[in-house]
Amino acid sequence: MRTAEALRMALEALRVNRLRSALTMLGVIIGVSAVVVLVAIGTGAKNAVEQEIAGLGSNIILVVPGQLNFAAAPTQSRLDLADVAYVRRVVGDESRVTVSVQSGETVRVGRDEAFVTVVGTDQYVANIFDRPLRRGRYLSETDVDTRRRVVILGSEVASRLFGDVDPVGRQATISGVRFRVIGVYEKVGATFGVARDQEVHVPVTTAQRLIGVARINGIAIGASGPDEIEGLQQRVVDALVQRYPGEKFSAVTQTQLLGTIGTVLGMLTGVLAAIAGISLLVGGVGVSNIMLVSVRERTKEIGLRKALGARQRDILGQFLIEAVLLTTIGGVTGIVLGVGGALLIAAVSPVPAAITWWSIALAFGVSVGVGVFFGVAPARRAGRLDPVVALRAE
Amino acid sequence: MSAPAFEAVALTRSYQLEGVSVDALRGVDLTVSPGEFAAIIGPSGSGKSTLMHLLGCLDRPTSGVLRVGGVDVATLSDTELAELRNQTIGFVFQSFHLLARTSALDNVALPLVYRGVPRAERRNRAQAALEAVGLAHRLTHRPAQMSGGEQQRVAIARALVGDPKVVLADEPTGNLDSRNGAEVMNLLERLNHDSGVAIVLVTHEPEVAGRARRQIHVRDGLIEHDTGAS
Ligand SMILES: Nc1ncnc2c1ncn2[C@@H]1O[C@H](COP(=O)(O)OP(=O)(O)OP(=O)(O)O)[C@@H](O)[C@H]1O
Ligand SMILES: [Mg+2]
Repeated sequence: MRTAEALRMALEALRVNRLRSALTMLGVIIGVSAVVVLVAIGTGAKNAVEQEIAGLGSNIILVVPGQLNFAAAPTQSRLDLADVAYVRRVVGDESRVTVSVQSGETVRVGRDEAFVTVVGTDQYVANIFDRPLRRGRYLSETDVDTRRRVVILGSEVASRLFGDVDPVGRQATISGVRFRVIGVYEKVGATFGVARDQEVHVPVTTAQRLIGVARINGIAIGASGPDEIEGLQQRVVDALVQRYPGEKFSAVTQTQLLGTIGTVLGMLTGVLAAIAGISLLVGGVGVSNIMLVSVRERTKEIGLRKALGARQRDILGQFLIEAVLLTTIGGVTGIVLGVGGALLIAAVSPVPAAITWWSIALAFGVSVGVGVFFGVAPARRAGRLDPVVALRAE
Repeated sequence: MSAPAFEAVALTRSYQLEGVSVDALRGVDLTVSPGEFAAIIGPSGSGKSTLMHLLGCLDRPTSGVLRVGGVDVATLSDTELAELRNQTIGFVFQSFHLLARTSALDNVALPLVYRGVPRAERRNRAQAALEAVGLAHRLTHRPAQMSGGEQQRVAIARALVGDPKVVLADEPTGNLDSRNGAEVMNLLERLNHDSGVAIVLVTHEPEVAGRARRQIHVRDGLIEHDTGAS
């Protein structure tokens, strides 16, 4: 018997039991679409992280007090500017070390206002981070030493408060204190959900007074090359531990940080896909079950077909094709729904989703495989039925 | 002379039923020549259907030899038996055994599916077979849309569509009233006469058996009397 004929017969059998076929497929549909959606979201998240790694300045080491741990609450910082000077001596090149203290504040220009992140830093920030200026100048040593009330605006803050007007030389009020704008940064986009373009930079000393703290949040060190990173991390952490015995400090590169997140995301994607895969397996068991029911219901038909000359392999093929057709139609539907779902999620939520060809090919292959795997036992049972016994069946 | 359609020598068939052996056939010798029209008659449980299943290669004998068209069926594999059934034997059953959701045309064409005949040719031949049994106007009807007599004629068309050497009919009139039964018998008679197909039918009814040229009486798994025995 030709495959085309078997296919026609299988389609007919599925059509006759439309509702039952649809319900059986549902298990496969849910499993496949879940796999496709979850893999798309996982891949999308991973891609986003990798893009951020690529967009970062290279060889940056971040020094923060305490242990870097996503689960732990942030440690109260005990570092101050004296510690920054100390780290500078440890590094041996003060221009490769910069500092940050942050606070959310309101900036006002005339009647316009914006809530921004005020970052207190120093003249070395641009040596370490990739923050090109569009206008004006960076902070200077004198700005920091004399606690000047000067500010560099992120590109979004600038356009929000000043529109098309060049802000350099103009006044802006931060938490009631008047500042003079000395520069505007180029647009750099977001890193880790931190909207860099909504920051404003002021001298760290000015920021400490404005916020009313003596502490700083963190220190950033620019390594001269990838080879230096590890040794430098160790040296700085050791030096800080020596200065503050019994306390913990962390020094990580952003690449390490993001790499860890990427690995975690990859594992998470794998685990989610595996869980979705289990539902696909359950769908396969459903197919097997329905095929057994179908063989039992159609025992007489099988006996008749055998009497008319159907060979064992004809009957086996008929039922196997039916099972594979069930899971394949279910699989294709699941893929369509999964792709649609992923696109929808990406469109209406901040969750990124990247559809990969391999996940679609895999989902398709697995649905066909599930059909073969779970269809073979019922199909063999059908093929082996004794024609006389089958014809007599009720 | 060509080989006999069937040649059975000391044919037995026993069933194992909960450890007890039931001898349905206890040594049957029987020869059916090409083009014969024979009726097997006997009381219920005498082994008529069992014999029919053996002749139709749906079942294998416990002992003895059965040759179909000169070929010893013991030498054939299950696949070869299926092909033999497909090529040389047509079946008609008491309860018609038509596929319920399938048109008369496709029901009749079914044996040709397993012969690898292309769809268009299958349909042509099925249509011709349905015309031969007087059902040219029922091609697209489903079994439920036809009378019992019509259904049995569809089944006869299906038995004939592959040009078999023999048609085996197990109580073909058993589920029909006397008028439809007579019509089915007319049809079988005409086919036997016109196309030379050998017909072996099983029946309870003496008047049906009387229309065959040969009567084979079966009792307790043995042939008791055979009007055509040579
Ligand atoms: N599958 C089976 N297992 C056990 N015993 C069987 C089986 N098939 C038939 N028999 C027994 O074999 C004997 C002959 O059965 P068979 O069906 O050939 O009778 P029959 O002559 O066709 O009867 P009827 O006229 O009622 O159809 C009976 O005693 C029956 O019980
Ligand atoms: Mg019987």
